[in-house]
Amino acid sequence: MIKGRVWKFGDDIDTDVIIPARYLNTSDPAELAKHCMEDKDPDFVKKVSPGDIIVGGANFGCGSSREHAPVAIKASGVACVIARSFARIFFRNAINIGLPVFESEEASEKIREGDTVEVDQAAGTIKNLTTGEIYSFHAFPRFMEEIIKAGGLIPYTRRRLEQLGAATEAPGGIVPPGHGTAMPAAADAKGGDRLAK
Amino acid sequence: MPFTITEKILGAHSPVGEARAGDFVNCRVDLVLGNDVTAPAAIKEFDRIGAGRVFDKDRIALVPDHFVPNKDIKSAEQCRLMRRFAREQGITHYFEVGRSGIEHVLLPDLGMVAPGDLVIGADSHTCTYGALGAFSTGVGSTDMACAMATGEIWLKVPETIRFIYFGKLRPWVGGKDLILRTIAHIGVDGALYRAMEFTGETLKHLPMSDRFTMANMAIEAGAKNGIFEPDDITLDYLRGRVSREFKVYHSDPDAHYIDTIELDVSDIEPQVAFPHLPENSKPVSEARDVEIDQAVIGSCTNGRLEDLRIAARVLKGKTVHPNVRLIVIPATQEIYRRAMDEGLLSIFIDAGAAVSTPTCGPCLGGHMGILAEGERAIATTNRNFVGRMGHPKSEVYLANPAIAAASAILGRIGSPEELGVEPQ
Ligand code: SF4
Repeated sequence: MIKGRVWKFGDDIDTDVIIPARYLNTSDPAELAKHCMEDKDPDFVKKVSPGDIIVGGANFGCGSSREHAPVAIKASGVACVIARSFARIFFRNAINIGLPVFESEEASEKIREGDTVEVDQAAGTIKNLTTGEIYSFHAFPRFMEEIIKAGGLIPYTRRRLEQLGAATEAPGGIVPPGHGTAMPAAADAKGGDRLAK
Repeated sequence: MPFTITEKILGAHSPVGEARAGDFVNCRVDLVLGNDVTAPAAIKEFDRIGAGRVFDKDRIALVPDHFVPNKDIKSAEQCRLMRRFAREQGITHYFEVGRSGIEHVLLPDLGMVAPGDLVIGADSHTCTYGALGAFSTGVGSTDMACAMATGEIWLKVPETIRFIYFGKLRPWVGGKDLILRTIAHIGVDGALYRAMEFTGETLKHLPMSDRFTMANMAIEAGAKNGIFEPDDITLDYLRGRVSREFKVYHSDPDAHYIDTIELDVSDIEPQVAFPHLPENSKPVSEARDVEIDQAVIGSCTNGRLEDLRIAARVLKGKTVHPNVRLIVIPATQEIYRRAMDEGLLSIFIDAGAAVSTPTCGPCLGGHMGILAEGERAIATTNRNFVGRMGHPKSEVYLANPAIAAASAILGRIGSPEELGVEPQ
C-alpha cells in the first residue's frame, strides 16, 4: 500500500526538466534529489515530503535515457509516479531501480493537486481519499512482477547469474555470447500486457 | 509466417529463434554502449551485481563525449571512473579524448555496428544505428550494467509503424526535415513503445548521413527503435568499415504493421521545430521573424561531414551576423580532420564561427555554448525541451545544417535561398 499527497504535472514531462543536464556530473542520489523537477517547478524540492506521489499526464519521462531522472524522483522522497502513459526508457529505468510507476488514464485525468491517494498494488486500484473515487491501473506483466519482487533488476540479475553460474563454466559464470537463455515467465507474458516497454 | 525486420532481428538474437510483436524475449546483445554520463552509474550497479568480469571485453563501447574535454572536477571524476573500469576490465573499445567523438557518429563510422546487429546503449539516441538495418535501442544505466554482466537484455518486441515517403525533395530539404515533419505528424508520443520502419521511394536515394539523422530522432516520437532496410547505399557505407560477416534482414511483404503512414514530401520546406517540443515544427518560411543569439551546428543528429559540407556551402565567403555566435562541432576526430583537409574549417573560421573539438557540449546544455536567460538558439540538435541548452527561460529551435548556417548569417531564422546560395 502506498499512500500520499499528490503533486500534479502535465503531459510530456521530459527528463531534462526532471533533472537538468547541468547536474548530471554526478550520480549521487542525494545530490540529484536537490534538483528534482527544478526546471518545471523550482520550489518542488522544498514542498515535497517523503511519501508524496507524483501524478503526470501522457508520455511522462520522455527524452533522455538518464536514469538520474527516476533516481532523483525516488531520492526526493516520492513514493510512486502515476501517469497516463510513460516514455519507455523512463518506465524501464523506474522498474529497474525500484521506483513504483503506475499507468492509469483515469487516475491521471481525475486526480487533482493536493488530493490524497492510496495505491493498492495487490488489488490494482488507486483510491482517491479526497474524492472517494477509485481508479484501476494496468497490471504489470508477470515477468516484470518478478523484477519488482526481487527489488529491482540488480538483485534479479544477481540471482539469475547465481543460477546460471552453477550451470556454465564461462568466464565469470556468465552466459557466453550466442547462448541466450529462455526467460522465466516469458510464456505467460506472451502477447501480454502493454505495460512492458 | 511473415515478420517485420525488427521482429526478425530480435528473433535471431533470442534463444527461441523467433519473436513476434508483444512477446518478451531475452536477447543476447552484440554491443553494449555507455557514455560519461550513464556509464559511471552503470559501473556502480555492475559492482553491486558482483559478476566480477564483463561478459565480453570486445562487445562493450565506452565513449566519453558529453562533458569532454572535462568541463569541471565532477565530470572529470566521472570520466576517471569510466577510464579505470575500462583499464581494469581490458575493454577494447574505450575511446579517449583526442581519439574519440560523439558516440552515435563514432561507432558506425568505425564499423562497430553492422546490419542485423542488436545494440543497446545507455543513451536514448542509440536508436541511430537503425539506419544500418540493425536493432538498436536506448536503455538506462541499470540495464547497461546487467547487459555488461550477462550479455543479455530483456525486451518486449515492439509493434511496428511503417512510414512510406514519396515525392522528390526540394532543395535544402533532407533527413532532418523528413523526421521533424514526421514527428509533427504523429506527435512526440506518436510512436511510443513502437518500432518506426522508414521506407518509400524518397528514401531510396537518401544518403546514409540523412538516414542516420532520421533514425536518430525516432526516440523523439517515443519509439523504441527506428529502422531502415539495408540497400546499396548502406552496403557502400559499410565497405571498408565492417569486415566481419553480417546478415541483412528485410521485412516480409505481408508483415504485420500496427499502422502505415504515407507522407508526400515533395512539397515540404525545410522545417524548424519551435520550443519546447520537437513536434512543433513549421516550414522555415513561417519562422523568419525569429531573431537568434546563437547557432549550433553539430551533435549526433547533424554533426557529420556531409552536414558540415552543407553548412560550409552556405557560409562560404559570408560572415556571421554581428549579434550571433556560431558554434560548429565536428562529431568525431576523423570528421574534424577531414573537414580541415577539405577546407571547411577555414570557411567556418573565416565566417567568424567558433570551431570546437568533438563533444556533445551545448546539445544537452553541458558546456561549450550554454544559453543565458531569454537567449535563443537555432541548433541542428534533436531536442528543444525547456532548459535543454541552458537557462530554463532560453529557447532552442531545431533545424537542418543549411538553415542553421543561413540563420547565423541573417541573425534571424532563414534559409540559404534568401542569401542567394545555389543548392548542389
Ligand atoms: S549529441 Fe546530444 S543527443 Fe547526441 S548523444 Fe550527445 S547529448 Fe545526446
